[in-house]
Amino acid sequence: MKFFPLIWCNLKRKKLRTFLTLLSILVAFVLFGLLSAIKEAMTGGISMAGADRLVVQHKVSLILLLPESYKARMEQLPGVDLAVFQTWFGGIYQDPKNFFMQNPVVPDQFLNMHPEFLLPAEQVKAWKETRTGAIVGRKTANKFHWKIGDKVPIKSPIWGRKDGAAAWEFDIVGIFDGKDKVTDTTSLYFRYDYFDEAHRGDRGQVGWYTVRVKDPKTSADVAKLIDKEFENSLAEVKAEPEAAMAQSWANQLGDIALITTSILGAVFFTILLVTGNTMSQEVRERTVELGVLKAIVFTNTQVVVLVLAESCVLAVLGGGLGLGLSWLITSGGDPTGGMLPMFYIPTRDLLIGLGLSVALGLATGFFPALQAMRLQVAVALRRM
Amino acid sequence: MNEPTKTNGPLVNVDGVEKVFRRGSEDIHVLRDLHLKVPAGEFLALMGPSGSGKSTLLNLIGGLDRPTRGSVSIGGERLDGLSDRLLAGWRARHIGFVFQLYNLMPTLNAERNVELPLLLTHLTKAERRKHVAAALEMVGLSHRAKHFPRTMSGGEQQRVGIARGIVTDPTLLLCDEPTGDLDRKAGDGILDLLQALNREHGKTIIMVTHDPHASARALRTVHLDKGQLSAEAVA
Ligand SMILES: Nc1ncnc2c1ncn2[C@@H]1O[C@H](COP(=O)(O)OP(=O)(O)O)[C@@H](O)[C@H]1O
Ligand SMILES: [Mg+2]
Repeated sequence: MKFFPLIWCNLKRKKLRTFLTLLSILVAFVLFGLLSAIKEAMTGGISMAGADRLVVQHKVSLILLLPESYKARMEQLPGVDLAVFQTWFGGIYQDPKNFFMQNPVVPDQFLNMHPEFLLPAEQVKAWKETRTGAIVGRKTANKFHWKIGDKVPIKSPIWGRKDGAAAWEFDIVGIFDGKDKVTDTTSLYFRYDYFDEAHRGDRGQVGWYTVRVKDPKTSADVAKLIDKEFENSLAEVKAEPEAAMAQSWANQLGDIALITTSILGAVFFTILLVTGNTMSQEVRERTVELGVLKAIVFTNTQVVVLVLAESCVLAVLGGGLGLGLSWLITSGGDPTGGMLPMFYIPTRDLLIGLGLSVALGLATGFFPALQAMRLQVAVALRRM
Repeated sequence: MNEPTKTNGPLVNVDGVEKVFRRGSEDIHVLRDLHLKVPAGEFLALMGPSGSGKSTLLNLIGGLDRPTRGSVSIGGERLDGLSDRLLAGWRARHIGFVFQLYNLMPTLNAERNVELPLLLTHLTKAERRKHVAAALEMVGLSHRAKHFPRTMSGGEQQRVGIARGIVTDPTLLLCDEPTGDLDRKAGDGILDLLQALNREHGKTIIMVTHDPHASARALRTVHLDKGQLSAEAVA
């Protein structure tokens, strides 16, 4: 690359100006990286959720309960492989800020439904043998330094105990890992039989069902069948693909994609102006030089390439450093302590970011390059 | 290399050239029906008052600008037939430019400045280095190859400028007031150098100047006034 010194030296000429421009590009791309991690954290579950799973909840609201007896009725419907329930416990461990999900489940069925949770066989056995046993995901276990054998007290503002005790006490009998990066390992699961017997409310009530269909291609039909099965009963239901439920959950948080896109749009517009200004200033100051270069060596096209190369080096350098920095920041994982269990920048977004930095370079170099191309040598040389 | 294609005719043939600039609604006739022939091996001084069109004529000969009427041929090739892109390539191969204010790239050292016109040739890095070293040697600046323009005197910068002008071994070296910004001693050094390039290396040189002391070094002097070359000079 014999032209590189020419480009590089130009950028080094006004060191402070280049540095400030570089810094503003860098900040923009750090923001880009962080926002895409946030977006991923809030919507990432969607694309990954098992396509063969449906979620069945109360037609009116997720917080209304369904009878436990629906399990058997759903499993009799054609196309349904397995129906598993859980309930929102909404417990608090020590401090409400320590947010993580704890739900009562039936161990066998639950683990069968969720092969993405990896739990060693002897821990499965221990769970089945311990009525007050609970399993917890690796992230949360690490966070609170829980070990197998620990007793953890959790209070639930929703579910009081029949015996009047303030807290539910669980024995940690297992710690599960996720099959892959996107599997959430922040939740705690405990036994439904213990829950159902000890809480103050009505027996045989559950929060929602996860239903596995035999053939993913039929999930839409199976969903309709389930809705129909409970029509006109006390608790009507709404069945939808797990992904759709995650989506509607995310939508309640606001249209994350729109918000991040608008923020980034504003940031990049500003950067475009800042960098574009730097570049056209550079070109204006170098009119005579560019004229000389055209006189002694370059064609118009080559001068255009030279100017574009310069703006692209600046943008890609700033962009690359910014993305790298945001990657470093996010590699520490969830900064909120549990709200965003899948906090990382997807490779796809890193690539988009790099593409964006090239686009930024081309866009900011465009007008200065045009300026340089139109420069007439004889006129430029008269300016000396 | 780069020998003129037709050895029998003049190297430079300016034929009935007219140059008109528009300034607002006004037409400025800078050159009118101008004829000039320069044989290979010439060292020509082009004199004339300020604003008489010397630089304009030099630009036309160097293919930096196009005449309003008439034609310019170098080595038998008519420049008006070339597109802007071909003209740029042609310039890089055939013309060496030396400017009054040297016009070196401030961000590049002497060596890199001299290398510039070679960047688009097919020479390898080693070959380019060899040519650059030879050119710097010729202007007596081998010892300052790594130095930047701002650390050099005017005379030294102009030597680097000349090295850059001759590094491609051009057909024609065009100098626009090469001593115009130098004191007498440094100017003499540059004139010695140009004279040597002409005498010992056979370079064809056209030098614009308004200094009689400088034009005295040339083999021939022509005067430009009111858009035309004076009669005695054309002969
Ligand atoms: N690009 C241009 N546009 C308008 N006028 C020009 C341009 N270039 C030169 N001129 C005019 O042409 C005349 C000759 O200029 P120039 O060739 O630079 O003179 P010299 O080099 O002899 O001093 C001057 O009056 C100058 O103002
Ligand atoms: Mg002039």
